[in-house]
Amino acid sequence: MNESRKYIIQLIVVSVAILFLGKLFSIQVLDGTYAEAASSNVIHSVVEYPYRGLIYDRNGKLLVYNTPQFDLTVTPKEVISLDTLKFCELFEITKDEFKESYQSIRRKKGFSYVRPNVLIKQLSERDLARVQDFLVDFPGFGIQVRTTRAYTSPVMANALGYVSEISARRLSLDTLRYYHQGDYIGQSGIEAYYEEQLRGKRGVKRVLKNVRGIEKGSFENGKYDTLAVPGQNLISTIDIELQKYGEYLLENKSGSIVAIEPSSGEILSIVSGPSYDPNLLTGRNYSENFSRISSDTLKPLFNRPLMAQYRPGSIFKIIQSLVALNEGIINRNTYIPCVMVPMKCHYHGPGETLVGAITNSCNPYFYNVMKRVVNRGASEDPYEDTRIGLIKWHEYVGSFGLGSRLGIDLPNEKSGLVPSTAYYDRAYNNRPWKYSNIYSIAIGEGENLVVPLQMANFAAIVANRGYYYPPHLVKSVGQTGEPLPQYKEKHYTMVAPEHFDIAVEAMAEVVRSGTGQYRAKLRDIEVCGKTGTVQNDPLPDHSVFIAFAPKDNPKIAVSVYVEDAGQGARAAASIASLMIEKYLIGETQRPNIEEFVKRGEFLY
Amino acid sequence: MTRADNISGNLDWLTVLLFFLIALLGWLNIFAAVYDDTTYQNIFDLSLNSGKQLIFIGASVLLIIIIMVMDFRFYDTFAYIIYGVIIFLLIVVLLFGREVAGSRSWFELGPFRLQPSELAKFATGLALAKYIGTSGFRMDKVMDQVVTFAIIGLPAVLIVLQGDAGTAIVYAVLLLVLFREGLSPVLLIVGAFSAIIFVLTLLVENHVYLYMGILSAATLAIFFNKKRIKRIVFIIAGALVVSGVIRSVDYVINDVLKPHQQNRIKAFINPDSDPLGFGWNVTQSKIAIGSGGPWGKGFLKGTQTKFDFVPEQSTDFIFCTIGEEHGWIGSFITIMLFVVLILRLIFLAERQKWRFARVYGYTVACIFFFHFAINIGMTIGLFPVIGIPLPLFSYGGSSFFGFTLLLFIFLKLDAHRTQVLVH
Repeated sequence: MNESRKYIIQLIVVSVAILFLGKLFSIQVLDGTYAEAASSNVIHSVVEYPYRGLIYDRNGKLLVYNTPQFDLTVTPKEVISLDTLKFCELFEITKDEFKESYQSIRRKKGFSYVRPNVLIKQLSERDLARVQDFLVDFPGFGIQVRTTRAYTSPVMANALGYVSEISARRLSLDTLRYYHQGDYIGQSGIEAYYEEQLRGKRGVKRVLKNVRGIEKGSFENGKYDTLAVPGQNLISTIDIELQKYGEYLLENKSGSIVAIEPSSGEILSIVSGPSYDPNLLTGRNYSENFSRISSDTLKPLFNRPLMAQYRPGSIFKIIQSLVALNEGIINRNTYIPCVMVPMKCHYHGPGETLVGAITNSCNPYFYNVMKRVVNRGASEDPYEDTRIGLIKWHEYVGSFGLGSRLGIDLPNEKSGLVPSTAYYDRAYNNRPWKYSNIYSIAIGEGENLVVPLQMANFAAIVANRGYYYPPHLVKSVGQTGEPLPQYKEKHYTMVAPEHFDIAVEAMAEVVRSGTGQYRAKLRDIEVCGKTGTVQNDPLPDHSVFIAFAPKDNPKIAVSVYVEDAGQGARAAASIASLMIEKYLIGETQRPNIEEFVKRGEFLY
Repeated sequence: MTRADNISGNLDWLTVLLFFLIALLGWLNIFAAVYDDTTYQNIFDLSLNSGKQLIFIGASVLLIIIIMVMDFRFYDTFAYIIYGVIIFLLIVVLLFGREVAGSRSWFELGPFRLQPSELAKFATGLALAKYIGTSGFRMDKVMDQVVTFAIIGLPAVLIVLQGDAGTAIVYAVLLLVLFREGLSPVLLIVGAFSAIIFVLTLLVENHVYLYMGILSAATLAIFFNKKRIKRIVFIIAGALVVSGVIRSVDYVINDVLKPHQQNRIKAFINPDSDPLGFGWNVTQSKIAIGSGGPWGKGFLKGTQTKFDFVPEQSTDFIFCTIGEEHGWIGSFITIMLFVVLILRLIFLAERQKWRFARVYGYTVACIFFFHFAINIGMTIGLFPVIGIPLPLFSYGGSSFFGFTLLLFIFLKLDAHRTQVLVH
């Protein structure tokens, strides 16, 4: 009697089926968002960090390498009945320290209950060896390995630089979005300058993870993975033995040593004093050490060879000679009487010809030389005449690499200063000026500023008789590569090469019979040099010496600055000649000079 | 002609085929649901759910043979006794059962576990069929109605007491059987309306709109039935019941349902309100199914289910594996298998001349339908999450045996339909 009701029941069954199929069609076929949600559920990108490139010295000795660092991790979910007391004993921490460090990782973003979290960063190897066997007693705790930088010798900290976690500021500047928070990046020195070459290329591995974040194999057998490409090794121009010796000599002194191979511009050693042990900025005490080093009043992080700007002093007289020679204003026989006016002079004869004037550092001689260079009667107006002359002079001096950055492969190079007309216009507030206002630059005082690197480069220019390659620290990117292209470009000064012979002769004379004869003269090698004594009132003068050797076919050019050490003939000349000796002979034959440097009593 | 020949000749082999097809698909998907390709796994491995399910399927073949061998009149004769035994077991399990996930519905006998509530379905079906099949039964007699509801309600109440509201809800579907046997559709309509209103109450903040809606619907209905006093009374009563539902929603939600059940209803209404919390199941289940696309990711290639994003992936949420690995086509085939099975059961029930067999047949069809509708409906977010298995498909021995019993007792009755004298 109610048989027709079966149709209603059948209708209900069929409508439910149609409803389901319609809903399924909409979520499976029409709506793509579910497929996306599914892949973001399970596919996780894991970054594979590349091996950072190594750094070698010019003879293939390893300078910088990577070393494994061991972090203690904790996976809270796996920890079973932790014996806190025993744990603290093992890791030599107090219970409060343990609690505090656990609380601090819990507060951190990315803390996971089911995955390992770093609890103690960078265990020392001693600690690792001690705890490794006991770790099985502490389920949930493990060791995670990553690499950090290590140095074969505790030298060259400022030139090598250091690597540390990227700062928030640097991260915001990274418009290519290569870096992520927590990534390591070269912060200074070669590490920073060659960051792109050293860092290599990060790889990405796509892995499947289950709902608890545990890895369940690779996605599509690694079809979409990219391999990490290790960074390129660098071969530096540094001679590590010479570098170590330079640092040894400059111990307990402020100053710098820069040694360059003139024929290539390769820097053989670059010493900044005082310095620090680069290993201090890699280990677990990085932040502690960094704040200590950066707040040190002696500024060990201040890279003096590039950043300390001094007046060039008497060394500048060689440049003045070269400019005047090239302009044909003087020749080697030009005699100028030393009248002690307008500036005083060291005691010597009644007057000098050019070589003698350089050797004896005659101030009035160069006052006159520069006056002749600048005031040449190009205009009736003495002011305009000086202006025209100074423009030419400025161009000349600039061609020696002064007043601008040489472009060394290190960050933060300072340019020094060679005053221009614009500079004096500004300094004199656009009131007129003439030579009598500016003559102190004639002898390397006044407004002139140079950095030690530029002075070493100048020594190399004289050694080369008129040209230089920009000084650089890396001779090969990659194991058998080349330096960066800009370091293969030869730069000529505006002074013709034939005029340099007089400068070489004068510098040889300085060491043979002049101010350098007592401490810079070597028995078998003819050293050419020039002392400088940079006024530093009220403190003692800075001791400066530039040199190259041997005189013919020079192999090394050096500049040495020792702050507050008085005459250039003492501290700086001694150190420069010791460096030359070390590099060319391998050891010093003058222990008394080395002893004099180490004793450090230069003011008497 | 031997008796066995008689059975095999009269057995509805289409239903048997559907039974084994569904069981086979279920077995394959149980293996896929927890498949881990990092370790070598064998579908026959007895430590895996798939291996165990194969044992359950094998054991159910034994069960089928027993059912077939026994006299078909046994189920009619012993209907009340079977019912009584099962009711007894339901009471015993309430007292001595083992508590699993908040429900006290399992017996533990050594390594075996038994869930009497899965067996209560066929027992209730038998008792219901027996009572309705009695000569002189009239659906419109109040006494008969009371007894009928008591037969259905007693196991349902006991199962609610066990803390397994999901399984108890299944008994509501027996209203459809009663409807087929002459129950006034008003009850069915009021029931359906109550369910709709229940959900609407949760969705609509201001209940005044609902009362206004009921009032206008009732007014309209009375307007069309002006001349029939009896119907007007029915309509007014129905409107009052439905209005009562609105008032009771807050009470039911807060006082009757457990917190996890409340959350399931909240998740159903708005799964995005807490996708990582109580909305997780529905969200992840929809992601798994939706990510299958039209053709699916391929057998054992699914990621959402086997990486545990979908909970209960081999039992209540087994349909996710179909949706993810076999896509819309796989879902279509699965749904069609169930629909054909249910429609076939209705067809078989209708060809019975014996009322006992017909009522029992409808019970089987309706229970299959309800499980099918609720289970798949919850995985695709059309129903709140109610933890009931997909028949013959989900992993689990008790449920598989329960559905096997339910189905094959009916096939046995059907096979003997010509031997029964019309009462």
